[in-house]
Amino acid sequence: MTTVEEQLLPSKEPVRLIDQDGVLHDHSSYKLPAEQTLVDGYVELIKGRRINDQASALVRQGRLAVYPSSHGQEACQVAASMVLADGDWLFPTYRDTVSIVSRGVDPIETLTLLRGDWHSGYDPYERNVAPQSTPLATQLTHAVGVAHAARLKGEDTVVMALCGDGATSEGDFHEALNFAAVFQTPVVFFVQNNEYAISVPLSKQTIAPSIAHKGIGYGVPGERADGNDLAGLLAVLGQAVDKARAGEGPQLVEAHTYRVQAHTNADDATRYRQDDEVTPWLERDPIKRLEAYLNSAGLLSDDTKKRADETATQVAQYLRDGLMPEPGVDSEDLFRHLYAVPTPQLVEQAAFLRDELAREES
Amino acid sequence: MTHVKLTMAQALNQALRDAMKADDSVLMFGEDVGPLGGVFRITDGLTAEFGEDRCFDTPLAESGIVGMAVGLAMNGMRPVVEMQFDAFGYPAFEQIVSHVAKMRNRTRGRVALPMVIRMPYAGGIGGVEHHCDSSESYYAHTPGLTVVAPSTVADAYTLLRRAIEWPDPVVFMEPKKLYWAKEEVDLTEDVPGIGKAVVRREGADATLIAYGPSVPIAMEAAEVAAAEGRQLTVVDLRSVVPFDDETVCAAVRRTGRAVVVAEASGFASVSSEIVARVTERCFHSLAAPVRRVTGFDIPYPPPKLEKYQLPGVDRILDAVDDLQWEDS
Ligand SMILES: Cc1ncc(C[n+]2csc(CCOP(=O)(O)OP(=O)(O)O)c2C)c(N)n1
Ligand SMILES: [Mg+2]
Repeated sequence: MTTVEEQLLPSKEPVRLIDQDGVLHDHSSYKLPAEQTLVDGYVELIKGRRINDQASALVRQGRLAVYPSSHGQEACQVAASMVLADGDWLFPTYRDTVSIVSRGVDPIETLTLLRGDWHSGYDPYERNVAPQSTPLATQLTHAVGVAHAARLKGEDTVVMALCGDGATSEGDFHEALNFAAVFQTPVVFFVQNNEYAISVPLSKQTIAPSIAHKGIGYGVPGERADGNDLAGLLAVLGQAVDKARAGEGPQLVEAHTYRVQAHTNADDATRYRQDDEVTPWLERDPIKRLEAYLNSAGLLSDDTKKRADETATQVAQYLRDGLMPEPGVDSEDLFRHLYAVPTPQLVEQAAFLRDELAREES
Repeated sequence: MTHVKLTMAQALNQALRDAMKADDSVLMFGEDVGPLGGVFRITDGLTAEFGEDRCFDTPLAESGIVGMAVGLAMNGMRPVVEMQFDAFGYPAFEQIVSHVAKMRNRTRGRVALPMVIRMPYAGGIGGVEHHCDSSESYYAHTPGLTVVAPSTVADAYTLLRRAIEWPDPVVFMEPKKLYWAKEEVDLTEDVPGIGKAVVRREGADATLIAYGPSVPIAMEAAEVAAAEGRQLTVVDLRSVVPFDDETVCAAVRRTGRAVVVAEASGFASVSSEIVARVTERCFHSLAAPVRRVTGFDIPYPPPKLEKYQLPGVDRILDAVDDLQWEDS
């Protein structure tokens, strides 16, 4: 018999099925995902890493305005999408490009926001991926609404809502957890704790034993996982999704990972942390360890390596081809989508700009 | 037709009831809107009639209420939420400005948010601190929102029905002090929709432009002015956004003089916008600068002092007297 408190509190240690040396560990509550799932996940990780590094390169070449990279967090990115069914929803932030692409959204459309030719470039209804949210934690209550609507319609949709460690200090994080709990909506709140919010370390956001511990205050079960272990993340997130779908209400999952690069290309991390803090995390890299495990288990065939390599090369090429040309923009778009029917004032202002542009051209 | 005597509160209640009957996706939620029926009883009986899934109480968190409404609207519902009082809508301000207002735009029209934020607002009810704000200018300033303020019982019913059917988010400003105003109305009657101002009273000498709680005061002022020999037109905006330049400017051009009446503080407000628009468009028809009668630029005062803040008949008539009649 476990008490209610025990059911709501996270594991004593972050769940880890494969350690940084690629060694397998048994866990009493979580099973190692199927071999094929791990192999597919490996390919996704390689692809995700390449998206991150190609996008960062494209910032340096002036093709993207900014890129908040998830380099080193790819296991979280990939796992969040892999555990979802087609009808489920993903609510991503600015840092979750890889997760969005993993869900099947076109990479160029995904990068529209950061390229700057529009705010959100993909159709949220095509793959059930909400627009990336920049105002921290504000997307979490939307996730509750989408999940609640699904429940009212009798659908078994689960919503995966992403945010960072810093975002857990925002009021909306707490309101979302509480609303989801009171209405028992099927949302998995997935916090990627990369230890930093721009320059501010987690110790200045909270002194709670862990972010996963915050769930108990709302009656939401919390769990934590090693954020660089794809196997553990798939197991923990998969179980959270299953529980939410089965009607057990919202779940909170914290992944313990690390932002090995600066917040974005515009940030200078040397102003607030030492390199020797970063070094050990490079050893915990999510790709390295899965590769080590798959190799030792004899699961990494030449075919798989080739598939991973080709997938990565293709996506990088696709990004370069798509992002190198100047994007076409249409000034009429400025006025087009504020209202179903534009106000008379917007019609006037659109005509004004059209006229101004016509005069410039002549 | 079927004429009934209703208060504005009853008309709003009827509008919600009829909207929920007409469309299963309409949901009503907020603070105390369930069994209690809301602190103003606007949602009275809705939980009993439609069940807890359709009209329900939420935890006490306005940002959460509006944020949840965003998600519900994204997924096929038509949420109507109540902010208990004007000033308690501020915790939801980020949601309203960053998401409610922008969703259609940032997704290039792919995600629309048909939702209504009901906002009991403004003063004149002897309310203590934080219960009497006129917050419409914040919302009107935000591109992407539709902002509506009824002044009559018939409009309260019809505009709320239209707001719920509207394809975009509407901030629906309900003048609290008019909740108990009674009128003989025919709810089946067709009244102009969102975006149309109406002329409530015709008069050749000057135009009063008002909305929400200020309309009955403007009407009263026009009545007194008529007795004193001056004929005033009264324009009721009904919707602040979209703004009906056509009706407003036509009235001002006919009369050549105008006074804007609004309860909100005047600085950087809806009333200043109206003056700017009218001046830009009707300059050559104007015989005098457009005047304003608004609240002072102070926090809404305590009950014993609110009489100094609220636009009243005398202040409006003084402003009309100031419209440089001697030069004409
Ligand atoms: C409401 C709000 N305040 C401030 C910011 C500016 N900002 C952008 S990212 C960020 C740090 C967020 O940290 P965290 O939640 O840990 O996510 P991470 O960037 O590490 O993925 C801040 C302060 C913002 N986007 N939204
Ligand atoms: Mg962080």
